[in-house]
Amino acid sequence: MNKHSRLHLPSPPSRPGEKPDFSYVHLSAAGAVARPDVNARVRDIGSLSTELVRVLDDAHEAVGPWHPHLDPEELQVGLRHMLLTRLYDDRMQRTQRAGKISFYMRSLGEEAVSVAQCMALRPGDMLFPSYRNQGLQIARGIPLVDLMCQLLSNTRDMCKGRQLPVMYHSKAGNIFSISGNLATQFPQAVGWAMAAALKGEDHLAASWIGEGSSAEADFHHALLFASVYQAPVILNVVNNQWAISTFQGYAGGEQRSFAARGPGYGIAGIRVDGNDFLAVYAVTQWAAQRARTGAGPTLIELVTYRAAAHSTSDDPARYRARDDQEHWPLGDPIERLKLHLIKLGEWSEDRHRALSAELDALVVASWKEAVTFGTMTEGPKLNADLMFEDVFKEMPEHLKRQRAQMRAEKG
Amino acid sequence: MASMNMIQALNSAMDIMLGRDPSVVLMGEDIGYFGGVFRTTEGLQRKYGDNRVLDTPIAEGGIVAAAIGMAVNGLRPVAEIQFADYIYPGFDQIVSELARLRYRSAGDFYAPVTIRTPCGGGIRGGQTHSQSPEGIFTHVSGIKVVMPSNPYDAKGLLITSIEDDDPVVFFEPKRLYNGPFDGDPHKPAVPWSTHPKGQVDEGYYTVPLGLADVVRSGSQLTIATYGTMVFVALAAAAALGVDAEVIDLRSLVPLDVDTLCTSVKKTGRCVVAHEATRFSGFGAEISSIVQEQCFWDLEAPIQRVAGWDTPYPHAFEWEYFPGQARVSTAIKAVMESA
Repeated sequence: MNKHSRLHLPSPPSRPGEKPDFSYVHLSAAGAVARPDVNARVRDIGSLSTELVRVLDDAHEAVGPWHPHLDPEELQVGLRHMLLTRLYDDRMQRTQRAGKISFYMRSLGEEAVSVAQCMALRPGDMLFPSYRNQGLQIARGIPLVDLMCQLLSNTRDMCKGRQLPVMYHSKAGNIFSISGNLATQFPQAVGWAMAAALKGEDHLAASWIGEGSSAEADFHHALLFASVYQAPVILNVVNNQWAISTFQGYAGGEQRSFAARGPGYGIAGIRVDGNDFLAVYAVTQWAAQRARTGAGPTLIELVTYRAAAHSTSDDPARYRARDDQEHWPLGDPIERLKLHLIKLGEWSEDRHRALSAELDALVVASWKEAVTFGTMTEGPKLNADLMFEDVFKEMPEHLKRQRAQMRAEKG
Repeated sequence: MASMNMIQALNSAMDIMLGRDPSVVLMGEDIGYFGGVFRTTEGLQRKYGDNRVLDTPIAEGGIVAAAIGMAVNGLRPVAEIQFADYIYPGFDQIVSELARLRYRSAGDFYAPVTIRTPCGGGIRGGQTHSQSPEGIFTHVSGIKVVMPSNPYDAKGLLITSIEDDDPVVFFEPKRLYNGPFDGDPHKPAVPWSTHPKGQVDEGYYTVPLGLADVVRSGSQLTIATYGTMVFVALAAAAALGVDAEVIDLRSLVPLDVDTLCTSVKKTGRCVVAHEATRFSGFGAEISSIVQEQCFWDLEAPIQRVAGWDTPYPHAFEWEYFPGQARVSTAIKAVMESA
């Protein structure tokens, strides 16, 4: 027993130059976690928030009660979306390095989160993404050209040049505007879901934040309102272990899983292998069925690893071991689904290479098209008058005066 | 027409909108079953159901955020923040989200949320139940800011705010809930039933945002004010025997610059009065606009009347409140500069 109180300062298990150590990540064996009925009471399924739902085992077989039994064609679509997400990220990262866009954020290693979750939901379900959910855009079929035009703030930018790159939205695709402020959209998703329930619709809302931003009050407001009104919402914490340089321990992840916040608020919490496409799909499907059958909201913690830098402005070699991701115990989501499909006899390395080449060509062709709508330095430009529009529905007099002054300044 | 106090007029506005538009929902702390701590939503849950008038957790950030999500999904929420002093936990959702959604999504998404909140002092509320934070919100691009001074305007402005597709923060000067107040707490309270603006149409009507009301025409000076200070200004001018033109701005964003500046150009003198603190208050904006647009017509420097730049103290409420003495000092200053 200590004679004095003590202050605990969370620290990641390894820093640059040290041996990566992920022994702190609690794992369950593939197939080991029971799958409760979708209408199970929260008090009866508390263990889901501390165990780890996994379907793909080390031999790349799908095992256990969470096996979603998807057709091979669906798995191939999932693989395609994940691969396209990665190739898009890779090209856009290099485009930023070449100075052609100002900023970019990759989702390397986290592709299964967005793609599998999106595929487990319906087109009418409203998605409130974070900035690392480009897989949602791709799985919802938003054309790459549209995404690229946003990155370029060009004449076809859906945000009319008002947002930092990657803050996409799609009204037609039911993908909400990404704020750029952290966690703010989490309780908004709950409000959206409350309205859906009030109107008697069976659409649900889903939102994503990182484990780091679960520290924000908005996270707690979201869980509270979801619990109080039993809103049809899926709240996802993507635990990729790092918030820029801040280790997940500083969001409170050392003492209790993030999924365990769910039962604390009286809503289902479930922890899933975020790099296991099948497990992510199955857990999301389960949560969606709960929402649609009046069984209430679900908090899903997707355990994954941010294999890349936070953004193009970040250098993780300054705060974590350089080869960290190679030791990540849950592997790579694309590799794992690929090997599963090969095991099923529904895929091959040759087909994978061919698909990669096809998708990379699509990215390159899309970029060529996107730049015809303008780049940061060349081609058509947005009219600066747009700056004054959409502040209000109708432009008030003082903004009209300021617009006139801005025009005069430009000469 | 019926005689209504401001609470009844606001209740009538929400009653009418709940009846006219199935997308209107009310939400807030204590507003449902109980009818609100000021009784503003009394009877509405009984009449329209608990899925139209929602009691909420005590979490202003959550209330505003949920209202935004509901509005994006086609509803038209009217959220009550129980006291303006409690609005700060919702500030980020108002400033970073509610105010910006239309802009950042290029008009693809918007949230027609009305946030009602009682403000101002004079009810022995101390520093956590007396604030007038309107100037914090007028500084934010993308939200409209409204403050009525009487039952008739309150109802018409609230209906307009609810119907507006832009977000509105609607401040209710709670000292005026039950009657016009001339700044003297020792006089017997005057009920709205004795005042013409307490006669309120029971049906649907609107008062537009961005249109000031000249509540008294005059020739010698202009007093630009709003909220609690409207009747204080009228009383102070009457006591001094000056022919003041008193303008109730009613809506701060958008602001009726034309009515304001037309008046100052006519009178050549201007006093700006609000209950909120002075430094960086909304009065500074009014004063600047008048100076920029009316400088060559001004006979005297513009004077500001405001709350002191301290928190609102419980024990010294009436020393803090910008009553008739403070208004009179300002009126004399602009008149003496001739």
